[in-house]
Amino acid sequence: MVPILFLGFAGLLIATALMVVLHKNPVTSALFLVLAFVSLAGIYLLLHAEFLGMVQILVYAGAIMVLFLFVIMYLNLQHDVERGLAIAVRRGIGWALGALLLLAGGTLLSRGWALGPVQPPVADPAGGNAAAIGQTLYSKYLFPFEITSILLLVAMVGAIVIAKGHSAAPPDSKEGA
Amino acid sequence: MNVVPQPSFLMVDWWALGAVIALTVGCLALLVLEFLPAGERSSRGGVISLLTLGVSAYAVLRVAQDRRSLFDGMFVHDGMTVFFTVLFCAIGILSVLMSWDYVKRTRINQAEYYALLLSSVLGMVIMAASNDLITIFLGLELMSLSLYVMVGFRRTRLESNEAALKYFLLGAFASGFLLYGIALLYGATGTTDLGRMGAFLADSPVLSNPLLLVGGLLVLAGFAFKVAAVPFHMWTPDAYEGAPTSVTGFMSAGAKAAGFAALLRFGLKAMGPLEDQWAPLLSVIAALTMTVGNVTALLQQNLKRMLAYSSIAHAGYILVAIVAGGTTGAGAAVFYLAVYSFMNLGAFAILTMMGQGRDERVLVSDLHGLGFRRPLLGVAMTVFMISLGGIPPTAGFMGKIQVFGAAIEAGLIPLVIIGVLNSVISVFYYLRVTVAMYMREPEGEPTAISQGLPALLCVVITLVLTVWLGIQAQPLWVEAQRSVLSLL
Repeated sequence: MVPILFLGFAGLLIATALMVVLHKNPVTSALFLVLAFVSLAGIYLLLHAEFLGMVQILVYAGAIMVLFLFVIMYLNLQHDVERGLAIAVRRGIGWALGALLLLAGGTLLSRGWALGPVQPPVADPAGGNAAAIGQTLYSKYLFPFEITSILLLVAMVGAIVIAKGHSAAPPDSKEGA
Repeated sequence: MNVVPQPSFLMVDWWALGAVIALTVGCLALLVLEFLPAGERSSRGGVISLLTLGVSAYAVLRVAQDRRSLFDGMFVHDGMTVFFTVLFCAIGILSVLMSWDYVKRTRINQAEYYALLLSSVLGMVIMAASNDLITIFLGLELMSLSLYVMVGFRRTRLESNEAALKYFLLGAFASGFLLYGIALLYGATGTTDLGRMGAFLADSPVLSNPLLLVGGLLVLAGFAFKVAAVPFHMWTPDAYEGAPTSVTGFMSAGAKAAGFAALLRFGLKAMGPLEDQWAPLLSVIAALTMTVGNVTALLQQNLKRMLAYSSIAHAGYILVAIVAGGTTGAGAAVFYLAVYSFMNLGAFAILTMMGQGRDERVLVSDLHGLGFRRPLLGVAMTVFMISLGGIPPTAGFMGKIQVFGAAIEAGLIPLVIIGVLNSVISVFYYLRVTVAMYMREPEGEPTAISQGLPALLCVVITLVLTVWLGIQAQPLWVEAQRSVLSLL
């Protein structure tokens, strides 16, 4: 059962990820991205990472994608196809580099790759892995956890600084808007 | 229910963490104090920042001789941490001094400006003190996020907006590369701890493992972006030009030193066993970085752009020292970073004084006649320029001696030849600034100078350091060599 489910989720993930890149309409791309996130959450569930799977859906498919869609609609991207020689040249270079990357990736993957000695600790089936994550987060990973909180605070302050309206300082006529 | 182990700290650990704690408290205090509005000319932000940075440096210096490893080895307190924390605090103090009047005359919001400056220094300290890829990444993001906002601080200026956006987008990509690389390295070695990663690789050098190869290259690309090495340097001139001048000075010294501190730790501690593999790659990057930086700098009329390309070139010299490796090489890189920070901050401190009100005058032609009108600034600028060019008897010369000496010792003769040729090229554009100051007459009105006491103090301090380290380099050189001992 699990291999079939995995193949299903993995196939869906690859297909939707391709659609994100290939579709011309940005809103449709964003919606495919939601589907990709959900498929990834499915794979997490198969790996017994229930907490990660739920967070993936709540945070990525929920909160972040709403922001994405908001911004895309706000920018109102009308012209879907760009034309001109410069664009064609750039697109050509992009295809060439992409092909090169694919070739390099294929060569590398065919050389046989090995995972390091990762030993994921098995979570206590009664507590589920949310409890285990919480305990690790507040003991072993306490320092990164605290830095992350400062990081988020700085991001918030930064966003406010960038976004807040003109304060007491009168706009200077010499400098363009 | 199992018991969560609580980390327990000794007194010495609290002092070792002192810089991190002080910087956090200072940053929060500045934000909270905004509830009590201060006047536009108030110096509250600057004073608090200076105090915070002073306390941070004191806390770390107090336990400078101790060696501690905290939080399961994620935060280490060793010679390197002490050296770089003090260097970052010095960079912070000099930046606060040069911003003092600049932020007032350009009407930048002071509280947020200084709070972000402190959080950026905090990110740098964490980067230098981290022994784990997770915390290195978090420190780097903390530093970068603060810098993105600081670059875009002058929201009424189009160039500032453009610079911030470019820096942010490219920086986000670079962070993505770095994070992906870290994930792959974790997959290949089973740990994010630098020491354990090095031990694993020493036992079984599995270079043929694509996970390790791709992961290492991605991490290298992420760091190369932060230190502005070719071919990841494209953002540098635009970001440096558009940012407020004081921010350009701060990021050119601080972000570069922090990037190299993390790269040194990662390269020598985690990837040390594979040095023979990455050294050739890094030497190519070093040669390209020196050459592209110096040759492009020749064409610049804008001093901030010129110094941006010059900072790319200096990253190349430091990479040469890292390729040379060993105590001498790594020590030379650390020494050069300190020297470069001081002379570069001095040059930028003079640039912050150019112009009046919200004006910014940073073209080479704006310097015409400055040498005779303001003798002190003229002499100081000349010293900084010949130091950046690497002419004795300045600190820049001693830095180049150490770097190229280490490279010769390691048998990297081609790199040394390229480096010396580049130094010769660089003298041309550095001296052009001096020529502009002393041998050209201003056309029309000469550039107004907004001379404030703190910025002048910053110039004097950096001037003294630049000359003194050119004559008495030994103490700093010994400290630099001692600081890298824990990596090898």
